Amino acid sequence: MTDSFRRWNRSLLVVFGVFVIVFLIGPSIVIVPMGFTAGQSLSFPPVGFSLNWYGKMLSDPAWTSGFINSFQVAVCTAVVASVLGTMTALGIARGRFPGKTIANALILSPLVVPVIVIGIGMFSFFVRFKLSGTLVGMVIAHTALSVPYVVVSVSTSLRSMDRNLEMAAANLGANPWRTFRRITLPLIMPGVFAGALFAFLESWDEVVVSIFMTTTKFRTLPVVMWEQVRQVVDPTVAAVATVLLATTTTVLTLALVVRRQTPVR
Amino acid sequence: MSAPVAVKEGAGRVMRGPLISRWGALAVPLLLFLTFAFLVPMFLIVVRSVTDPVNIGMGNYVTFFTTEANMRVLGNTFYIATVCTVACLAIGYPYAYLMSIVPQRVAGIMLVFVLVPFWSSLLVRTFAWEVILRDTGLINTLLLNLKVISEPLPLIRNTFSVILGMSQILLPFMVLPLYSVMQKIDPELTRAAANLGAPPFSAFRRVFVPLSFPGITAGCLLVFVLALGFYITPTILGSARETMISRFIADQVQVRVNWGLASAMAVVLMVLTFVVLAVASRFVKLRDVYGALGEG
Repeated sequence: MTDSFRRWNRSLLVVFGVFVIVFLIGPSIVIVPMGFTAGQSLSFPPVGFSLNWYGKMLSDPAWTSGFINSFQVAVCTAVVASVLGTMTALGIARGRFPGKTIANALILSPLVVPVIVIGIGMFSFFVRFKLSGTLVGMVIAHTALSVPYVVVSVSTSLRSMDRNLEMAAANLGANPWRTFRRITLPLIMPGVFAGALFAFLESWDEVVVSIFMTTTKFRTLPVVMWEQVRQVVDPTVAAVATVLLATTTTVLTLALVVRRQTPVR
Repeated sequence: MSAPVAVKEGAGRVMRGPLISRWGALAVPLLLFLTFAFLVPMFLIVVRSVTDPVNIGMGNYVTFFTTEANMRVLGNTFYIATVCTVACLAIGYPYAYLMSIVPQRVAGIMLVFVLVPFWSSLLVRTFAWEVILRDTGLINTLLLNLKVISEPLPLIRNTFSVILGMSQILLPFMVLPLYSVMQKIDPELTRAAANLGAPPFSAFRRVFVPLSFPGITAGCLLVFVLALGFYITPTILGSARETMISRFIADQVQVRVNWGLASAMAVVLMVLTFVVLAVASRFVKLRDVYGALGEG
């Protein structure tokens, strides 16, 4: 009696779980076929199959320059954020400095302060240095937003690392720099690399701060898409959305695979 | 080249080295960077809220809190954030519970289905809902073709579509803290309750649910606080009636060029955020929640 009740209950839960998964990823998947429509409008089901809208995307300088700008910003952000973030994770884990708790809070705060506040704040500050609408300005803004992910990722690697290996190296006569370069860095590298990929993703998809930090001369892909979505929506937007999704999924898969490589004690 | 870090002396006394140790110095560049790129801009908003357009002190705050239309925006924001939180808990709790009882490998796959949407573009996910909900969208076309309805249903530009889209986007922030707490609950406890004669549901309700309480609190507070600051989703899926604080701030800056009022509102939003987070931090480490986003 109780057993059949429990089994029934559990299958109900499994059905619910499947529904949740459909709810989470279904809507995004719906977009993909719509970019390949041969029809003139963004309707479902798509009519036939064509690459017209991808062609239109590639011939429109707003989209192509947006794509190039986004890629540049995301790559630079990943590099800067992973260098600064790794140094900081090491500093927090190994070092001593006053106000460590406050430092931790400061590093995580860009994740929770509403993006609109960060957006208008950064704009009104950076515009004074003529940094709004520039690659440098965008990289600074996105680095602040994505560096927490690097710090968290590298810190996790550092915690799971066996410090006896460092001591062994030091005992065998390696100086601190050599120990770091030959022992510590290789061991935390999966965490650093995953952090860099997360930073890339954060920058690649970021909209709100970018809306304020870009100008018509320098816009990233999500900003161009945002402006399109608010006006006329044609299947080109679905094509662009598909490109964004495909990039995200690829980079995330890579990040999760890399993350698994972390040597555990 | 030995750095003078804390050196233990004979009687267990700790001798302190310099204020910042050699390792600690590594954190300085980022802290300086964040001070200039993040803290100063935030501080500037606080300053602007009391000095823009002229030195008017608390004038912008008074204007905001005494205008009825503005207070409606604030009320809307709280209402939408609250409903989203409840919806996320109702959907996320059973899902996280399922994750905690299935084999590790299955739970890992279920986790990926939470992480992929988390990292996917918020704009793309919002756009997806527009494509599904609008008059010529997936649902309405389907129902019209099946002759279930003769007129498209008003599924978009209303509170319903805003809450639906936001709940879907915020769901990972509910599932992750819930799962991290549930994972640590000893399954023997509910089994013991059942062995002592408790009916299955009662064992779940009296033993499991109370133990998952820290996860519930953390998830709810996190979803609530993030929902308060939503901009893209309510703007695309909602009408002017569903304006939330963030859209209000953006409009003040972009359309009205009223930086003073916008900054005052931004400060109110920031303060609300910090109050909720201060409560949340008593139940869960924020770091753990975000740390879970990179696991898999």
